[in-house]
Amino acid sequence: MIYELSYLILLLPLLSFLVLGLAGMKMQHKTAGLIGTCSLSLVTLLSYWTAFAYFTADRVNGIYQTIVPYNFTWLPLGNLHFDMGILLDPISVMMLVVISTVSLMVHIYSFGYMHGEKGFQRYYAFLSLFTMSMLGLVLATNIFQMYMFWELVGVSSYLLIGFYYPLKPAIAASKKAFIVTRFADMFFLVGILTFGYFTDSFSFSFAGDIVMGQGTTPFIEGNIAKAVAAGGFIIPTALVLMFIGGAGKSAMFPLHIWLPDAMEGPTPVSALIHAATMVVAGVFQIARMFPLWIEYAPQAMSIVVWVGVITAFYAAAVACAQSDIKRVLAFSTISQIAFMMVALGVSLPGHHGAVLDNHAQLGYMAGMFHLFTHAMFKACLFLGAGCIIHAVHSNEMALMGGLRKYMPITHITFLISCLAIAGIPFFSGFSSKDEIITACMEYSPVVGWIMTGIAAMTAFYMFRLYYGIFWGTENKEAHAHHTPHEAPLTMTLPLIVLCVITVGVGVYTTIAGFAGWGGSFGSFVSAAGTDYTIHFNTQIAATSTVIAILSICLATYIYKGESQPIADRLYKTFPKLHRAAYKRFYQDEIWQYVTHRIIFRCVSTPIAWFDRHVVDGTFNFLAWGANEGGESLRSWQSGDVRKYAVWFLTGTVALTLILLCI
Amino acid sequence: MVPVECYFVLSALLFFIGVFGFVTRRNLIAMLISIELVLNAVDINFAAFNRLLFPGEFEGFFMTLFSIGVSAAESAVAIAIIINVYRNFKSDSVESITNMKG
Amino acid sequence: MANLVVFCILAVVILGSALLCVMTKRIMRAATFMLFVLFGVAGLYFLLDYTYLGAAQIAVYAGGVTMIYVFAIQLVSKRTLQGLVERVKCSRMLWGGLVSLVSLVTVVMVFLKNNFILWGGMMPDTEVPMKEIGHALVGSDKYQYVLPFEFISVFLLACIIGGLVVSRKKED
Repeated sequence: MIYELSYLILLLPLLSFLVLGLAGMKMQHKTAGLIGTCSLSLVTLLSYWTAFAYFTADRVNGIYQTIVPYNFTWLPLGNLHFDMGILLDPISVMMLVVISTVSLMVHIYSFGYMHGEKGFQRYYAFLSLFTMSMLGLVLATNIFQMYMFWELVGVSSYLLIGFYYPLKPAIAASKKAFIVTRFADMFFLVGILTFGYFTDSFSFSFAGDIVMGQGTTPFIEGNIAKAVAAGGFIIPTALVLMFIGGAGKSAMFPLHIWLPDAMEGPTPVSALIHAATMVVAGVFQIARMFPLWIEYAPQAMSIVVWVGVITAFYAAAVACAQSDIKRVLAFSTISQIAFMMVALGVSLPGHHGAVLDNHAQLGYMAGMFHLFTHAMFKACLFLGAGCIIHAVHSNEMALMGGLRKYMPITHITFLISCLAIAGIPFFSGFSSKDEIITACMEYSPVVGWIMTGIAAMTAFYMFRLYYGIFWGTENKEAHAHHTPHEAPLTMTLPLIVLCVITVGVGVYTTIAGFAGWGGSFGSFVSAAGTDYTIHFNTQIAATSTVIAILSICLATYIYKGESQPIADRLYKTFPKLHRAAYKRFYQDEIWQYVTHRIIFRCVSTPIAWFDRHVVDGTFNFLAWGANEGGESLRSWQSGDVRKYAVWFLTGTVALTLILLCI
Repeated sequence: MVPVECYFVLSALLFFIGVFGFVTRRNLIAMLISIELVLNAVDINFAAFNRLLFPGEFEGFFMTLFSIGVSAAESAVAIAIIINVYRNFKSDSVESITNMKG
Repeated sequence: MANLVVFCILAVVILGSALLCVMTKRIMRAATFMLFVLFGVAGLYFLLDYTYLGAAQIAVYAGGVTMIYVFAIQLVSKRTLQGLVERVKCSRMLWGGLVSLVSLVTVVMVFLKNNFILWGGMMPDTEVPMKEIGHALVGSDKYQYVLPFEFISVFLLACIIGGLVVSRKKED
């Protein structure tokens, strides 16, 4: 069997986490880093090998098989059982490639970025833990295993955001991220339990049963029919609850508030966790449950669509006004993930029999495709931002400007990634975004045009960022005592690799898409597992390209110059709007108000009062009683043997008298 | 012929005189002497019961005999302890060893 | 009748000596009065025709144990020997007396309420033969007591050793 080594994909990062976590502090920085990086390189090789083997394997009836190399029952509970195992199907294999690639890049990059930091070994240990959890999440054979790794991912994210734990903002951000995602995960758990209760299974085998039916071998039977019989609303409810969990992890509005703050973590971590991998877990979850959505909850899909649209617009709007470069990237991430959500949501059913029609295929494929391309160029952007922060020692755009002279490699790679995210042809973002917009257009022209507008905003704010960093006025004052310099090779190499992927994928898929060749992304990952040929809709492609170029021009016009008269005038004309966008439309304040004023004051305070006075009071009273009793009894323990004799005698006599009387 | 009750009453009186001594005296040796009185009262009871109620048997007789032996041993050990107490606290009073008090 | 008279005399001696023993404030006198009590109890044994028991009482108790006490008193309470007395609290006396009295009444009540008293009074007027006692003491049959006898001897040995260990001066 070719997949028998696949367990190593999970085991190696776990081992390196244990080694680094337990013995890391005894090691040199370099040794620890090398251990982590080497084990990850092996994982990456294994992932590539698995992907190669999987995608080159023969299809049965034109459909990729779902393969389960390992699956064992971990916890049997009557009808239900929690399993642990490894499941390979197109999306999980695709995710394997994405995660291991980005993670490896981040590992290499961190050599330079984290050089000399205190806790270097701990950092690598956490990276390994995160990688293991994320890989486990995508390889899960059932929702419960997925949930477990989902939480592990949350923990490692918490640990990494709070890596600089002496700093207050880092602690606050890590707590915020943990609590918000945990709050959402509660819904996920309820959804899982609802689903498991009614279907007697946590397994993903329904994927084989329903849509991708033919030829796959279901390994455990989920009793979907029973759940449907119990009521048509049950599965949609469970799915929507799970979606709330996914929305928390993927920072969908209004649960997005943790992601911008999570930028307090080290920048490579932001690249790995908060741009490329963990935040797309929600998207992955929807994709994983996609057969159920499309079969049993098609109406509920519109929730996904509109949440996605609102988030995409909101995040893009906020990103236009942020001054912290990592925040801009964070909001752009939120917006792009929302694109993926929308893409999945617009895959309406309309399938015939067991095979999905073209339309449903398109949205699903586009979402996954965007996930792939976004992971690459967004990781590149974040790593580039890391180089800049490394050089300037600040996140504020005001302190940058004119950096292109100092950092040529970072400049070029950043530009390429910006072009990719803006959706310029021959860059990877174009192909995937264009497919998303096409799918939206087919779903409803309104959504299509909104998404096109948001894509234009994306291009605008990305180039605003680009010009703000690399062009414009050089901040001589800040650079006076510290000239910015290009980052070391360990940091630029990952940028170059990611850029090469972006450009390579972009060029091939663009040409293939226009020419209608096979072998593009759709050939590997599609909703039905079939070979799906991407064929661009020339009209839409042209429109979105023109719009993207126009907004880039607009951004160039406004922000390229040494001084920015138009931006200043706009700012003066709409100060309130700018302020609102800068403050992220007061989302944090609203949450603050809701939690502090309403929940804390009206719910928690009475409960706390009850706890403090009634519950604690009871036990304090008991303790007081015992104490007083002891105090009053202690004088009996006089140590005077004669007193003991008297008491003994008194007791005996009393007993005797009692017995006599009876 | 002495009635049985007389022995019982005598031993009870002796017993409680011993108890009274034990409770009232402060001197450790005096307390020990009181205990000897109590033991003697018990011995009398054993012997009298045996002799007056079960003349053919010897249980009470031997119990008394052994009790005499045990009390001798007990007073030897107790005296040793008292001497030790005296050596450590320079006192033969029972108050000197109330260090177990709560 | 003669027995009763003797008993009364012995009872007076025992109780009187016992009372004086616990009431006196001088330890040496207490020991002496205890000696009288022990003699009186030995007399009771003679009265019961337990000659051997009486002899053992005099030999072990009056001869041995009292001697230990006297030596201990001389070792410990040097002041007492010179006429120094122990103070006894009056309230404690009262309490002790009260408790003892109540207990005494209870115990006597229990005795007198019992029926076994009615069985009594058939004591044979002959001395217990020594031979029988000897056989019973070292025989190993039923109703014979060699095992407790040996046990007591080992126990005595243990106590002697224990007493030595406890009272030994620690060499620092």
